[in-house]
Amino acid sequence: MTKKGKVFRPTAFAFPYLAVTLVFVIIPLILVLVYAVRGADGGFTFDNFRLVFTEKETLRQLGQTIAIAAQSTAICLLIAYPVAYILASQPFNKMAILALLFVIPMWINFMLRIFALQSLLSMIGVGKSYGAAVIGMVYDFFPYMLLPIYTVLSNMDKSYVEASRDLGANPVQTFFKVTLPLSVPGVVSGISMMFMPIFSSYAITKMMGDMNTTVIGAKIASLFENQNYGSYGYGSALSFVLLVLVLVVMLIGNALTRRTQKAPKGGKA
Amino acid sequence: MNKTSSKVFLGFKWVVLLAVLVAIYLPLLMIIIYSFSTSPSVGGEFGGVTIALYEKLFKNTKMLAALKNTLIIGLVSAALATILGTTASVGIHYMKKKVKSAVDTASQITVVNAEIVTAMGFFLLMIFLRDTVNVPVNFSLWWLIITHTVITTPYVILTVTPRLQQLNPNLLEASMDLGAGPMRSLFTVMLPQLAGAMVSGFALAFTLSLDDFVVTNVNSFGANIDTISTYVYSGIRKKGVPIEIRALSTIIFVVVLTALIVYNVVKNKKAKELAKKA
Repeated sequence: MTKKGKVFRPTAFAFPYLAVTLVFVIIPLILVLVYAVRGADGGFTFDNFRLVFTEKETLRQLGQTIAIAAQSTAICLLIAYPVAYILASQPFNKMAILALLFVIPMWINFMLRIFALQSLLSMIGVGKSYGAAVIGMVYDFFPYMLLPIYTVLSNMDKSYVEASRDLGANPVQTFFKVTLPLSVPGVVSGISMMFMPIFSSYAITKMMGDMNTTVIGAKIASLFENQNYGSYGYGSALSFVLLVLVLVVMLIGNALTRRTQKAPKGGKA
Repeated sequence: MNKTSSKVFLGFKWVVLLAVLVAIYLPLLMIIIYSFSTSPSVGGEFGGVTIALYEKLFKNTKMLAALKNTLIIGLVSAALATILGTTASVGIHYMKKKVKSAVDTASQITVVNAEIVTAMGFFLLMIFLRDTVNVPVNFSLWWLIITHTVITTPYVILTVTPRLQQLNPNLLEASMDLGAGPMRSLFTVMLPQLAGAMVSGFALAFTLSLDDFVVTNVNSFGANIDTISTYVYSGIRKKGVPIEIRALSTIIFVVVLTALIVYNVVKNKKAKELAKKA
């Protein structure tokens, strides 16, 4: 190395990004925490958090959000898994464009897709309702659920399945004992691409659901909509609760993935 | 398994795939068909085939402004995210392991966090800058561009980093040994090799920006700026979206569909030709 080379530190290239992350990601999170524990008089208080856990309407909305997220994610998984399985199997895995057709909607503005879906549903007489909102979630997130599962299944080492069959397991046994466990990382990734994002998908519940159907993101957005300082604390506390929830869900996902990866390694990474 | 039952099974698989494809594309197809009708609702009496909605679209200044804002925010933020993300990837690549993992974690915050929390973090930051620090700023098109840059940059990093790890480090050293300065070596040796990944990163950032609703919605309260997402959303909530949205949707569907299919067909052909040569 030349003398110049020793002085030269390419790590400096990351500094602009680090500065941006500090100002626009870290500081806002600190602000959320500060607003959440600051009372109207500017002093420290837990009132905002107490309100989050005692106000009936907020608790109902939080419960409903979890219900919508769980139901939509489950339905989406039940449709996406078989589709991914078929697409990754013979002879469909040779048709490159076929799989593409299933994920193309990812690149189309979701609001326009939801608008299209809503138009079709009202055409066949399905009005705004809880069920319609769930259909909207499934429709919107389907490619995000499909893609990771499809990727895992199509990269899976086929010799595990062959070995299982050679050793006398029938196709059903092979699926439940070999294929399914090996595809868990894809399933976990699909679920995490859908479950938490639904909390923020208030556009879909507002457009597809009835008056009583909502996700917690709508509540948070409404608390800031009027630029009224009085509601920032409450909104921040609610956001903080969501933040903790994100962490919990992430830890569960990581634990699940790690547990399956401890088993004999599958797939050629 | 005997032959007939496997044939039945294959047929069943096709039925499943086609049913899902129909469910995915039927809504889009209905919008496309009804973009050539002036029927007040999709599925209503069709009337004659007409391009009236397309003419209406080009006279609807609000809808066109929303489209323009969407494209400006998308292109500018994706360009900024590509520059910021690529330089960040290069810098992070040379960091020590411990620092690297800390920075990686920080860069994943907005990716894993609930979008509404990220959105209101931006909102609180603006309020804080404007009212507490007294910086003369406010919610604006620029603010939306900045927020979109922040949320899409991690995806550029995720796209560029793997390519960076594949590069041959000897090339950069060779360049410096031959007398090129480190800056010049980075720009003439490393950057051209990252060009492909940068293009993918730009495309990803652009699409994510176009698709964004929550951050845009929360950060445009009162700013009177609409993107396509917020425009359709507020239309549906209030008195309904003007029906020429069907014409705009059709144009977007067709552009995206053809672009993606052509891109992938060309890519597959190239891959096949390469495989033949090898």
